[in-house]
Amino acid sequence: MTRNPSRPLSPHLTIWKWGPHMAVSILHRITGAGLALVGGAVFVWWLYAAAQGVESYAYFAGWATWKWALIVWIGLSWAFFQHLLSGLRHFVMDVGAGYALPVNKFWAWATIILALLLTALLWAYILYWRLAA
Amino acid sequence: MTEARTDKAPLPVAAEAAPAAAAAAAAGHEAGAHWGHERLLSAATFALFVWLAVSLVRLPGFDHGTVTLWLRQPLAAVPMLLLVAITFKHLALGLIVVVEDYVHEAGARLAWLALIKFAAAFAAALALFCVLKTALGASAG
Repeated sequence: MTRNPSRPLSPHLTIWKWGPHMAVSILHRITGAGLALVGGAVFVWWLYAAAQGVESYAYFAGWATWKWALIVWIGLSWAFFQHLLSGLRHFVMDVGAGYALPVNKFWAWATIILALLLTALLWAYILYWRLAA
Repeated sequence: MTEARTDKAPLPVAAEAAPAAAAAAAAGHEAGAHWGHERLLSAATFALFVWLAVSLVRLPGFDHGTVTLWLRQPLAAVPMLLLVAITFKHLALGLIVVVEDYVHEAGARLAWLALIKFAAAFAAALALFCVLKTALGASAG
């Protein structure tokens, strides 16, 4: 049986094909939850440390500049860009635009690629230009 | 009198039940308002995080002195207070949607929703207080 590949598959319970739009939808939720739990905790800790004074801030800074903390910072920055871009995509879709399959797929991929690109650019800037200066 | 309801036979609504019916009708309107409110919150969160990202990149350093000096400026402290209030509301609404979608057992759902609301309220209050303490407090030695 042949199928016209330009037509969408009906999402019938278990019969569906994984697509970029689904990936972005679930990424938006995962990055949102990650930013809320990890990002929220680090953000409050930073403000708390600043308010408490020099010693408290030094303790925070010690953890923040620990070499393995870099994984958390890079992860948070990627989650931030991904959530921001897929959030902007949601704004466009909320006004009723961008539902045609090719357009929808293009922007779904675009948020994923742009988020990775922006994360790479940010860390290139921090590690090469900021720290080298 | 037939048991099946038709559109011409409205439910017998007692006079004292009318406010409840009105509230139910209004709930449909509130869902739309809630949807719009969520989008407005998202837009505000977006704008404030663009402000925060630009501000942090422009800071000459992240040491205690630099950060506290920055937060003492009215045009840093006030956006930061707004950012905290709006972001924790946005964050709580997002986590609530996730729990509502994936936690189906009534007791567990109620517990998660309560935990999210309490934790978000506490974190937001703590963060707001800390921004105010930094902005208004005596210069830390």
